[in-house]
Formats: sequence, C-alpha cells, structure tokens
Amino acid sequence: MPFYVSPEQVMKDKADYARKRIAGIRSGVVIAFDAGILFIAPNPSRALRKFSEIYDRIAFAAVGRYNEFENLRKAGVRYADLTGFSYDRQDVTARGVANYYAQVLGAIFTDSQKPYEVEIVVAEVGKTQDDDEIYRITFDGSVADERGFVVMGGQADQVAAVLKNQYRDGMTLTEAFAVAIGALASPVKGAGEMGGGSDVTTAQLEVALLDRGRAHRMFRRLTGARLEALMSEAIPSRKESEAIADAAAGSDEDAEGADGSDAAE
Amino acid sequence: MGADSYGRGAFGPFLGAGTSSFADFLATAAPELLPRSAGAAGAAAAVSPADPAAPGSFVRGLTHGTTIVAAACDGGVVMAGDRRATAGNMIMSRDLDKVFRSDDFSGIGISGVAGTGIELARLFQVELEHYEKLEGHALSLDGKANRLASMVRGNIGAAMQGLVVVPLFCGYDEDTGIGRIFSYDVAGGRYEEHRFHAIGSGSVFARGALKKLYRDGMGAEDAVLACMQALYDAADDDSATGGPDVSRRIYPLVAIITADGFERLTDEQAGAYAQTVVEGRMADPDGPHAPLREPDAPNGGRNALPSG
Repeated sequence: MPFYVSPEQVMKDKADYARKRIAGIRSGVVIAFDAGILFIAPNPSRALRKFSEIYDRIAFAAVGRYNEFENLRKAGVRYADLTGFSYDRQDVTARGVANYYAQVLGAIFTDSQKPYEVEIVVAEVGKTQDDDEIYRITFDGSVADERGFVVMGGQADQVAAVLKNQYRDGMTLTEAFAVAIGALASPVKGAGEMGGGSDVTTAQLEVALLDRGRAHRMFRRLTGARLEALMSEAIPSRKESEAIADAAAGSDEDAEGADGSDAAE
Repeated sequence: MGADSYGRGAFGPFLGAGTSSFADFLATAAPELLPRSAGAAGAAAAVSPADPAAPGSFVRGLTHGTTIVAAACDGGVVMAGDRRATAGNMIMSRDLDKVFRSDDFSGIGISGVAGTGIELARLFQVELEHYEKLEGHALSLDGKANRLASMVRGNIGAAMQGLVVVPLFCGYDEDTGIGRIFSYDVAGGRYEEHRFHAIGSGSVFARGALKKLYRDGMGAEDAVLACMQALYDAADDDSATGGPDVSRRIYPLVAIITADGFERLTDEQAGAYAQTVVEGRMADPDGPHAPLREPDAPNGGRNALPSG
C-alpha cells in the first residue's frame, strides 16, 4: 500500500462517482393511485425491464446499470421466495425486502472499489391506499420511506417538484398516468427543448402496476392495446407528452444499462 | 429477517448469477427446508431399526391422502379429488385439500403421505412462480411436468422408507390449446396420460368408472360430472376414499383448467354436481350404465361389442 488515503476521502470519492453517474440516468416514477401503485419510465427495450414482480403484493423498480440492478432484483426474488416458503406468504413484506437491499447496497458501498450505480424502489400495495408502502433505496444503502410518489434517477428533483404540486391521494389510474407523464417531461421542457421531438409513443415507455383488485399476484405490465387505451384516455391531445420523447431519445451520456450494452466492471 | 439466517456471507446466499430453480436454490441455501430431507429416513429408522415391522407401522400411523381423478375436456382439463385423509383405519380428516393450483394454467393433485405431499405441492408452486419471476416468462407445460418429475425423484429416499407420495399434474397447454394430464411413479417416471387418469387408493375403481363414462371431446361440465361419478364409485369400493358428505356439506374438490386459467369450483358449484350424482344413485346405486352395444357408435365404436 504505497499511499495512505483517508476514509473520508475514499467515501467522498465513491459517493461523488455514484452521484455523477446517476445524474445521467433518465428518471422513473412510482406513483400511488386509488386502486394500486403505478410504475412508469422511458425504456425503449422490450426485453430488459426496470420494473418487476418480487412477490404477491411487492414490486421492484430500478434505474441505473442493468447488470447491477438485475443482480439485486434476482436476489430480492430469492429472498422473498425463501422467506415465504419458510414461513408464510403473508410474512413477506416490502420492509423486509427494502432492509435486505439496504444491507447489500450499504455493504457494497463500503467494501467494494466501486459503488452500484442504481436507485431502487420497493413498493407494496396494502388493503387500502393508506396501507401502501413505498421505499426508496439509494446507492449507499440509505432507505427512505416515501408517501404517495417517488422519483428515481437523474432529474429526480425537477420531476418530484412537479409531482409534489399535482399529486393528491385517491387519483384514478388515468389521472396518475397523466400526472406522471407530465412530470417526466418537465426537465426537458425546462431546458427549452419543447416541441423539438416526435410524439411520445407507448413503445418508448415501460409501464407496470400493482393492482389492489387482483387475486394472488398483483403485479402486471401494461403493454400493447391496454397501454394505448390508457395513453389516449390520459393525454387526449398528446401535447403534454411530446417532450418526453426528447427525454427518451436524449443524447446525453447513457449511463442507463437498459440498452444492454453495459459491460460489468 | 428470517431468511437472513440462511447461507453464508454478508449478503446471504441470494446474490449472484445462480439458478432459476427454487428447489436447487433451496438445496444450497436452506437444504433443511426441502421435503426430501425432512428427516424422513432418519425418523423411519429411528422407530426401531431392529424391528422390521416398526417402520411399516410408523408409516401406517401417518396421514394419507387418497383418490385424485382427471379428465381432459374440450379446451382444457378437469381434475377432482376426494376430501378424506386416513391413517390406517382412522379417518384423520374429512375436508383435506389435495388439489392445488400450481400456477395460472396448471394444477397438482397429491396422493400418498399427506405431509410430504402437501409440502411437495407447495414447493412446486414456488418453483414455477420463482422461475417465471426470474426469467420473465413461464415454463412450458412439458417443462413444468419434467420439473415435477425431478422433484418426485428427489423424494425417492423417503419413498423407500414408506413415505410414498405420487402427484397427478394437469395443465392447459397454451401452445396447443388442449388440456394434458401427467402421472408419476415414485422413481420420478413421468407418463403422459391421454383422455383421463386417476391415482391413489381408489384409483382402480375411479379409472374403471371413467373408462365407461368418458367421451372424447366432452365439455367441461360433462367432464366434471364424470369425475364426480368416478369419485363416488371410488368411495363406494375403497374405504379410504370419501364420498360426497351431504350432511356436512363437504364435497369433492374440483378444478377446471382452460385458456381462462385455473378455476376451482366453489362449494356451492361442486355441491350441485355432487347432489346430481347422489340423487341419481338413490334410484340406481351403481350409477349410470354405459350401453352394452352402441348402434350409432357415438364413440367411434370403441365401446361397442363386435356384432355378429
């Protein structure tokens, strides 16, 4: 060990590195509505998903490097299935899964050369909207318990500011969808790029939801005709949504691994 | 965190490329939770290895599930099971569930030692869901059937000690649009059955009944009725199989698996079929008669005797 580097410096360097990488990631939104929790993010890939099922009532959302959050997703499914099999299905909770992710991300942040460049959300639908739980876990393993909505990724502050104004409890799916699309488009608007891109299409979006009304497993994806119908219902003019196409086609450094080209470090 | 106590290392056994099979994962992360290592061999041996009769009486003292029947129908498959569980001559349960939903398009019925069987069904359910979640798509029906075969094979050590468990697996094949039936032996042999099948202590009688009542291409309702008649016949001749319990309103469990998914009949629905069968038997205790000769041979002449 030729040089001494203080722990403060090491931690600061790692955190700076992670923050810088995450700043280049497109945002994703998790938002509660009356009948469940909606997940929405720009994602041109049909196969590499940012949102997935963890367990009956619990879903996983992530942005960042695909290989890193995919690793975490699989670990979460194994954790949940093992807990549910050892005890009972009702004993698997979002809090437990979020705690597990916090441990893993915290340990990776401290112990390894490079922190994970990811932001994760674990959400669970309850019997009523009051019982919903949404946890956000960041690259250093810190956990935040969120109410109503949470934004992941680079322009999280701008998107969250829009959501904070427009979000209210008890929105319908259509309203929540419209609000989320508008919020995701806002950073691009702010940059004065409005009107430059093509219309947002459903092919550029990944949409999923935890549906309180379903039996057994409540996670489902919205694709194809169902998503088209929701889109035209939520945004009749499609005006609002144009800007998100710019976001989706953004040429900034694509730290997002959803294009599958990221190699492991 | 319960699951944290399993496995090694700071993150537990969960991180890493690993396998998409939950049973394989369990074998490395928490082998004590696998049905195959439930201490079966040890428990049976612990009774008294010196007394060859002891393991037998030990097994006889365990709760056993009995008869499961299945019949393919138009666009799917119907499976049904009686509700009785026995230990030797004792009735241990009158309302045991032996037909389980394994995923949206398949179901599993269990006969043999109930404890091991129910655990096998539970593990199989998690196995299918686990694969689907990790891989992003469900296994093919053949894949599911093969997976179950290897899980049954894993139980062979316990089966040698007498803890025999045999499942019946039915599912709707989304690729071909038909219902399919798979039976198994304790060695993990997987056999695809055509038209209908039955397993368990009353299966001989149930299969005989189905042989006479089954018609190719019958609708789901007819298939349910045929299964109900077959279970009645099984209960009629096998003391370990329970018939419809009209006084307690406990009826056989019936599941219909079609393109619409796995649907388990409610007690009222199953009760209506059971009532039809029971009322019919009031007039004719041996149930419906298959025609000895079928002049118009609706079943391709299969049931007709050669004339002349």
